[in-house]
Amino acid sequence: MDNNSTGQQIPTGVAASTGLAIDQKQETGLWHFIKYTAHLLARDKAGTIGLIMFVIVVLSAILAPWISPHDPLKQNLRHAKKPPAWYEKGTMEYPLGTDNLGRDILSRIIYGSRVSLTVGFFGVLIASSLGIVIGLFSGYKGGKTDNIIMGGVNMILALPYLVFVVFIAAILGSSLLNVILIFGFTDIPIFVRITRGEVIKMRASGFVESAVSIGATGNRIIFSHLLPNLIGPIVTIATFEMSAMIFYEAGLGFLGLSVPPSVPSWGNMLAAGRKYLVIYPWIATFPGLAIVFTGLGMNLLGDWLRDVLDPRMRRVKK
Amino acid sequence: MVQNAEVSGNINSNGIEHKKTELSRSNHNLVTVKNLKKYFPFTKGSLFNRKKGQIKAVDDLSFNIRKGETLGVVGESGCGKSTTGRAILHLEKPTAGEIVIDGVDVTRLTREELRCMRPQIQMIFQDSYASLNPRHAIGHIISEPMMIHTDMKQSAMKERVMELLELVGLNPNHYGRFPHEFSGGQRQRINIARALSLNPKFVVCDEPISALDVSIQAQVINLFQDLQKELGLTYLFIAHDLSMVQHISDRVAVMYLGKIMELTTRERLFNTPLHPYTQALMSAIPIPDPVKERQRQRILLNEEVPSPANPPNGCVFNTRCPVAEEICTRSAPEYREIETGHFVVCHKVDAL
Amino acid sequence: MAKILEVNDLITRFYTFDGVVHALSGVSFDLDEGETLGIVGESGSGKSVTMMSLLHLLPTPPARIEGGKALFYSNRNEQNNNTDPVDLLQLDKSGIRKIRGGKIGFIFQDALSALNPVMTIGRQISETLIEHLGMTVDEAKKRSIELLEYVGIPEAEKRFSAYPHQFSGGMRQRTMIAVAIACNPEIIIADEPTTALDVTVQAQIIELVQRLKKEMKMSVIWITHDLGVVAGMADRVLVMYAGSAVEIAPVDDLFYNPGHPYTIKLLGALPKIGEEGQHRLESIDGTPPDLLSPPAHCQFAWRCPHAAEKCWQAVPAAREISPGHHAACFFDFAARRP
Repeated sequence: MDNNSTGQQIPTGVAASTGLAIDQKQETGLWHFIKYTAHLLARDKAGTIGLIMFVIVVLSAILAPWISPHDPLKQNLRHAKKPPAWYEKGTMEYPLGTDNLGRDILSRIIYGSRVSLTVGFFGVLIASSLGIVIGLFSGYKGGKTDNIIMGGVNMILALPYLVFVVFIAAILGSSLLNVILIFGFTDIPIFVRITRGEVIKMRASGFVESAVSIGATGNRIIFSHLLPNLIGPIVTIATFEMSAMIFYEAGLGFLGLSVPPSVPSWGNMLAAGRKYLVIYPWIATFPGLAIVFTGLGMNLLGDWLRDVLDPRMRRVKK
Repeated sequence: MVQNAEVSGNINSNGIEHKKTELSRSNHNLVTVKNLKKYFPFTKGSLFNRKKGQIKAVDDLSFNIRKGETLGVVGESGCGKSTTGRAILHLEKPTAGEIVIDGVDVTRLTREELRCMRPQIQMIFQDSYASLNPRHAIGHIISEPMMIHTDMKQSAMKERVMELLELVGLNPNHYGRFPHEFSGGQRQRINIARALSLNPKFVVCDEPISALDVSIQAQVINLFQDLQKELGLTYLFIAHDLSMVQHISDRVAVMYLGKIMELTTRERLFNTPLHPYTQALMSAIPIPDPVKERQRQRILLNEEVPSPANPPNGCVFNTRCPVAEEICTRSAPEYREIETGHFVVCHKVDAL
Repeated sequence: MAKILEVNDLITRFYTFDGVVHALSGVSFDLDEGETLGIVGESGSGKSVTMMSLLHLLPTPPARIEGGKALFYSNRNEQNNNTDPVDLLQLDKSGIRKIRGGKIGFIFQDALSALNPVMTIGRQISETLIEHLGMTVDEAKKRSIELLEYVGIPEAEKRFSAYPHQFSGGMRQRTMIAVAIACNPEIIIADEPTTALDVTVQAQIIELVQRLKKEMKMSVIWITHDLGVVAGMADRVLVMYAGSAVEIAPVDDLFYNPGHPYTIKLLGALPKIGEEGQHRLESIDGTPPDLLSPPAHCQFAWRCPHAAEKCWQAVPAAREISPGHHAACFFDFAARRP
């Protein structure tokens, strides 16, 4: 595809629909896409805030070694259980205080975002790629194939999710890879359902039928017509699922079933801080806030994406 | 696979090489439809009390379309006119019947053979927006049939796209734009351009102008007629708007509950309609002429249309027919040729 | 004949993200007692917006009514015998609610979505009666059944407790009409009431409204895009284009002696029934203008075959070209003096 593919989401408004503005030069390319996105963000404050929150988390994960004030693993019992800077006994050296072993909480939160995002990103990557393939197959084939696949999917969805995940995690043992695989595979049904629903909707809509009528092959219909139109809904759901995975990872960590306790992760930090919740509340509070911050940011972003990527929004308004 | 040989291979980029004269309305039948049936199964009731049934959307149609002519199909919603068009093009697999298009029985083709034949038999859909992929530029949309069926070079395809855009009255430089940037009438032109890209023989137009405004309808109808003259196209023109069908068609079929009630030339149909349903339909079309409107006598039909899942016994029209008699509820009338080329399905046609 | 509704210079705009849509730029017309006024126009011409503005049915924002008057000369004012007109545009919420569904009935195009799918047909009619006329539930039921019979629904008593999805399209539209006439209105506004219906059903609905109009002494405003329908039922016709009224005339004048080039072209674009041989339709080139930035000249100039220099300089005002026949064009096409 040419570089128009980035500029295609631009509703040029009533002007274009009337055909009178048709001789204006159409702007295309990356720069226009950025301008257009900025323009859409300006329209939606919550979306902007969500995006900023998400970017902060991503940047802190990427830049962790450079921005964290301390080594997250370095214990210093002399400075253990230091309160945050604004407390009387707090110092600017440990802005959010230290935990029971004297490790800097801010640094651990910054490093913890790496675990959360890794789990979220790769979990969604596995779930969505397999989910899309199965969903496309199921929706495109229809009939018996579809019934069997959807039967299986609904069975998995009927299981109590958290119990199921905890059970598998307990069997497989705790490691980052296992957590990613567990979330990746257990989340497939969500993507299967979304993909299948969209495919069935698109098959009923005209352009798939008109592709059939010009003699398009099955592959062409799937790759050239169905898949590109799936991007919008999938990206939206992926955002929500990623935030859900971050929550669940923290939950597993809290139960001691996620990454090993030595690795700084938000769930582990919560678990460690639980014992001191009354006396040294900051140990558990800040990782908790980090989880809420990330989750909120991603959900706001997801809501905004849903609006922006919905093809109906691109339709010229009458 | 004669079609295949024609389609693949490098199509001359200056395209359209139809002979303009001899093709118009010859006696040669391009499309022959025999006993076409399309039934949709349906289930009713709850999981434990399920009844199965069939909706006879299209029930035993036979007609033919001559090369270069336009056959109009009119009828009210639910009469099966769209299903007919889709069944002829095999977008819905017919339940039974024979469809011969240019000597090839399309019902006997394998999937792959049918796919290769598709560019010859094209369809224009009612919803001009839904039938264009919103994520593809119109240049891509129009050249898609060429990508599928030919090994034309990118540059040749672009040239052909620009040629087609010009042919349907759009600015050739707009090939990089996306469907949402066009108005309804323009989008229908894009659909037409794509349908024409590999020189089809037969085009089914399924309510192509219903969603358009009056002034735009005229533009598109004129385009259809010009293209027919220029390219020798054969149309099956499906619509509920009788006056438009009358305008564009050479012959018209009137459908009711999955069956053809009357089929004849447009002059005969509009001057001497024989079937009571056609007469009622004709009398109901609003005429943009106040004096004529005031003088008209309308035949008002009972408005309860029977469900196609449960059509009446005998003649399907008997429940609404103003002249129905006892025999009409007992036996279904036959499809009879009353005069040369004038087919009617009615027991009472001789009395009328 | 006495006027019952007089709309002057109605201006409605939509404040959307893309800019201000000039949906109506100064629409004026009047409606006489007992007459049928047809309003024709293409989509986006503002024919529906006009009526929705009058009855406060537009969502605000984005819509805003920015000017004009809509005087309603109600003469069935039971409480106080004043005959002063009411300006519909100035009414508050409760004021317009009394008129809407009471003195002015409204019929929508899409009866299925206008009726509540989970409420029985009978209750939907009764509610109007209870709200506007203060009837008791039993009275309302009795009257509802009468109304259903009156609009030609067979077995009305049985149908009273049916749900909208059990009705055919024509019957649903009849139900809508029953709701609209429930309070004995003075004006019925029908917005494309037959567009979604088949022609045979359309003929019946038109017949029904004609009969009701006569029997109940109502005035009717019939909005449609179909010039054929208008020819059959309207006394006068208002033609709208791009948010303005371009021509208003008695029905015969409009069809046989149109005064605005748009009307002339529109009539030419229609196929003629029963014509012999094939000929071309007259088409209007181009598309309607963008209402986001309407030009400061004649809206139709883009597409007008006769556009002269002055058409590109100013917006023509409506002028009377023969008694009761107004056209917004610099030239007089009816008299063939362009």
